Amino acid sequence: MKLAIKLAYRNLIGAGLRTWLNVIVLSFSFVVIIWMRGVMLGWDHQAKNDMISFEIGGGQYWHEQYDPLDPFSLNESNAKVPDEFSELIKSGDLEPILIVQGTIYPLGRMQSVMVKGINPNQTILKIPTSKLDTVVNAIPAVIGGMTAQSSKLSIGDYVTLRWRDINGTFDAAELVIVDVFYSNVPSAEAGQIYIDIEKLREMMIMPESATIFTFRNSEADWIEVEGWRQKSFKELTKQVDNMIKTKTAGQSVFYFILLLLAMLGIFDTQVLSIFRRQKEIGTYVALGYTRKQVVGLFTVEGTMNSILAAIVGAIYGIPFLAWQANHGFTLPIDASQFGMAMSQTLFPVYSIGLIFTTILIVMITTAVVSYIPSRKIAKMNPTEALRGKLQ
Amino acid sequence: MEIIQIKKLTKRFPMGKGEFTALKEIDLTFTKGEFAGLIGPSGSGKTTLLNIVGSLDVPTEGEVLVLGKSIGNLNQKDAAQLRKESLGFIFQSYNLLQVHTVYENVEFPLLLLKKSASERRKMVMDALEWVGLTDKEKSKPPQLSGGECQRVAVARAMVKKPSVVLADEPTANLDAKNSHNILKTMLNLNRELNTTFIFATHDEKVISYLRRKIFLLDGQVEKDVIVENPKS
Ligand SMILES: Nc1ncnc2c1ncn2[C@@H]1O[C@H](COP(=O)(O)OP(=O)(O)OP(=O)(O)O)[C@@H](O)[C@H]1O
Ligand SMILES: [Mg+2]
Repeated sequence: MKLAIKLAYRNLIGAGLRTWLNVIVLSFSFVVIIWMRGVMLGWDHQAKNDMISFEIGGGQYWHEQYDPLDPFSLNESNAKVPDEFSELIKSGDLEPILIVQGTIYPLGRMQSVMVKGINPNQTILKIPTSKLDTVVNAIPAVIGGMTAQSSKLSIGDYVTLRWRDINGTFDAAELVIVDVFYSNVPSAEAGQIYIDIEKLREMMIMPESATIFTFRNSEADWIEVEGWRQKSFKELTKQVDNMIKTKTAGQSVFYFILLLLAMLGIFDTQVLSIFRRQKEIGTYVALGYTRKQVVGLFTVEGTMNSILAAIVGAIYGIPFLAWQANHGFTLPIDASQFGMAMSQTLFPVYSIGLIFTTILIVMITTAVVSYIPSRKIAKMNPTEALRGKLQ
Repeated sequence: MEIIQIKKLTKRFPMGKGEFTALKEIDLTFTKGEFAGLIGPSGSGKTTLLNIVGSLDVPTEGEVLVLGKSIGNLNQKDAAQLRKESLGFIFQSYNLLQVHTVYENVEFPLLLLKKSASERRKMVMDALEWVGLTDKEKSKPPQLSGGECQRVAVARAMVKKPSVVLADEPTANLDAKNSHNILKTMLNLNRELNTTFIFATHDEKVISYLRRKIFLLDGQVEKDVIVENPKS
């Protein structure tokens, strides 16, 4: 083994430029694979973080009737704010949100929406609710980018909202869009309009009512309150975690395709170099090498190639990857046009595990793809290898 | 002392549907310190015979004993062991390791023998001195002339002081002056170390130095003569 390492090192260093070209190409695939995985991981992280800061907060209480997937029961899914919550609400650690059904008529078209009443002074969610305090001649409303796109509404536009109050009476009012926010969270944007909770309570004739409460802190103490279900931070984020898991499965395929391409490259150079080096192999045998030692030498050489590649990759890869993590990778296309929850700039995240498994997998596969062709050569008759007979 | 015994050696190669007989019932014996040559036209079986003696190939029939070991019955490991410890090869096309330096090429057999670094250093420098290449130790084969390459090959074959050196057309790529130089070097080593040399050649320059000429024709020994007054 020591001898194989020594000779493999001599062969690699002796081959000079050819070795370095190989190493650079291989190191490139290391860096690209890690970077791509980092971008994907970063995307997932961002999706989860955005979901927390725009929707979930530190966990929620839901009215026992509330089902976000059933818009028809929405108007029955609220109740008076329980006394137990008043302290927390006063200190700003819990925010009530009232959710009802409504219809807007942008450009004469009809579009059903969820109207969310929220405290303009809240600071738990990143939604720009402070704009709801604007004094205008219509009800100030904030919408997400996805709604803005589907309804073609932008800041300053007026739109009619129609709703049914608690008594079942239809009423209508004019809204004015005071802000549009972009969150990457479809469930906080699509088909939703945010207005002042006090205004909504008035419109619905539901004083002091709420549908859900959002915690600021995920470690908050829960209290049992009749009629309200606890939706812990963990439970609410589980959905995102599951989504990430399925997405990861898809990305793994992508990751392995990239790895496979890198491997093909190594296999190719190894096969080529081994066929070109038949005479050399015959010489090793004539000088007293066993076939096993020849195979060992070539395997060590291939592996050493990937170790060198890991070192070279680290030299330019670490600064590059760090720079990317800080400055992000800006997509050349506008992903929101495809209705994807994806921000324009992704910040890659690298885990130690990702880096090590990538390097390990590449090294093991280089060893394997070096081993296979050299075994074929080592099997041939040394007199034929010396003549360079195998084509 | 007999170090190589060849008894009724026949070598056949598969060819198309049938077989081709390259060597036919060869009987030969070599003793320590011989400076002998296999002489014959192209295709007469010189390389085939050297390869079998060198344990790179095996007999089809008959027996070949090299230093008491039967070539036909050696396993891979033992054959490698024999080549590593007792045999030196010199090829027509040198077969040097192109990316290694002259020094490293000559050092190679010693690495296999697990000699210590200081021992290796001394032996390599000795071998380079025999062939007059001490000033080229850091060069690589592509930077050398044909004659220099062949001298490196001789040094590599001789560095471990093997019992037998097998040289297949060692002068085919050399001019007259270089050929004589190489041959004189080998003759010196043969005298100093009592190394057995077996050549395969049809080069008159080589033939003139031989102390024993074995003429091969169509895979058979035609003549086996001892030369009284070879060139030296
Ligand atoms: N591996 C092989 N398969 C089939 N035939 C072979 C093989 N090796 C050698 N031969 C045949 O055996 C015969 C002897 O070959 P060999 O190489 O020993 O000749 P040679 O005397 O060394 O000739 P040259 O002077 O041209 O080197 C040739 O006819 C050759 O074609
Ligand atoms: Mg020949």
